[in-house]
Amino acid sequence: MKKINNIYLDYQATTPADPRVIEKMLPYFGEIYGNPHSRNHSFGWEAEEAVEFARENVAKSISANPKEIIFTSGATESNNLAIKGVAEFYGDKKNHIITCVTEHKCVLESCRLLSEKGFKVTYLPVNKDGLININELESAITDKTLIVSIMGVHNEIGVIQPLKKIGEICKKHDVFFHTDCAQAVGKIPLDVNDMNIDLLSISGHKIYAPKGIGALYVRRKPRVRISAMMSGGGQERGMRSGTLSPALCVGLGEACRICNLEMQEESNRINDLKNLLIDGIKNECSDIFINGSEKHRVPGNVNLSFAYVEGESLMMGIKNLAVSSGSACTSASLEPSYVLKALGVSEELAHTSLRIGIGRFTTEHDVKQAVDVIVDEVKRLRTLSPLWEMAQEGVDISKIKWAAH
Amino acid sequence: MAYSKELLDHYENPKNVGSMDKNSDEVGTGLVGAPACGDVMKLQIKVNENGVIEDAKFKTFGCGSAIASSSLITEWVKGKNIDEANEIKNTEIANHLALPPVKIHCSVLAEDAIKAAIDDYKKKNDK
Repeated sequence: MKKINNIYLDYQATTPADPRVIEKMLPYFGEIYGNPHSRNHSFGWEAEEAVEFARENVAKSISANPKEIIFTSGATESNNLAIKGVAEFYGDKKNHIITCVTEHKCVLESCRLLSEKGFKVTYLPVNKDGLININELESAITDKTLIVSIMGVHNEIGVIQPLKKIGEICKKHDVFFHTDCAQAVGKIPLDVNDMNIDLLSISGHKIYAPKGIGALYVRRKPRVRISAMMSGGGQERGMRSGTLSPALCVGLGEACRICNLEMQEESNRINDLKNLLIDGIKNECSDIFINGSEKHRVPGNVNLSFAYVEGESLMMGIKNLAVSSGSACTSASLEPSYVLKALGVSEELAHTSLRIGIGRFTTEHDVKQAVDVIVDEVKRLRTLSPLWEMAQEGVDISKIKWAAH
Repeated sequence: MAYSKELLDHYENPKNVGSMDKNSDEVGTGLVGAPACGDVMKLQIKVNENGVIEDAKFKTFGCGSAIASSSLITEWVKGKNIDEANEIKNTEIANHLALPPVKIHCSVLAEDAIKAAIDDYKKKNDK
């Protein structure tokens, strides 16, 4: 495959494994290869020790006890396990679930499946900033509400939900609080006790660990029970059977350890790069809009709409940059992003959006190159655009009656 | 999206980008699609007294396939008379550019655009 894209700016989609993480993992493929559940010999004990050390580091990243961390294959599995696991265990007593329209597909699909089995699901809307309304959440809670699932940081728009407030309300009404923190770990401070979180999903490949590993935090005091989805040897306190991969666990542990140490400094550096990017583009191009809250947002997520220029055509033009778009043309279904729609972004602006993700290995040079390439392409495509032409002529595009095909 | 060389060429070096005076009697303008759908094409033709398209210009808001389809069709209609141009089928565009199945609708829009431009010209000249 010919390598065309050479500047990676899609850090929300995935991240490269940090070289420090890879180094820590390597011995666990060939040298220290025991099954960590083998109780009877040092091959097993060595592997187990590495897994438990990793577990401690994962726990530290969210101020949890290591006994509350179970390893999974990733946040999709963790989300499924949290929601379906709680539903199955407690479902005969309480059968109402509250989540949000902008959640990741694995959460929405899990809820949809449960609704087919008789659970009632409330999907809270978001305001134009992408945030839920706390009062609406509280009003939605009934005596049948079992669990609230709201993600910490959004994958598409980077907005940060008010986790502490949500946790307070859930505790007040005796409802479990699950949060998908795949994009939040290592980017914002998380404390499961301060925030009254009962279940929390972690994704390895969003935090510079390899793909194929994640974790689920399950509160022990007071105890949250979940029904296992995988039956087998009873590993991970009976919640998730299957032999753990010491290499992958070590990878996740090391990634979390690095995040714990470097989070603040990294966040500041990325914030500076984000300002360089946005200012660079806005200085040269008019009619650029940021999608989602600017205030409650992680710095690495830049989701912009470029009015009068369609997203896929823009992505083709900035071909040495790897980014993603909320345009319909780039999704297999031809529907624009359901997330931008939920924010109330008009359809035509949703078609013009790009998500640019800045991360640990993004350099200032990368950002400057990106600004140049994006500005050039936006200007070029605007000369091709009949909508830009109309806007320049002072035509009110919203008044035109389009004969849609 | 893995696009054909032909398509990429039209996207990177689009032919006949621009605008004509839509008030002129010699010019037919077709404006199709909708911003909400992510596709808007404006196609204009300049027709001489023999009914032959002397020049064509386009502007498109849309994906690479949409831009390429409209660029291609402006090339094809130049030199044709309006009845011939009216016969151009979207399948010909789709085949020439090797459009992936999910992008066929872009060629349909280009066909609609040329027909709309021809209709507009005919209306103006009461033909």
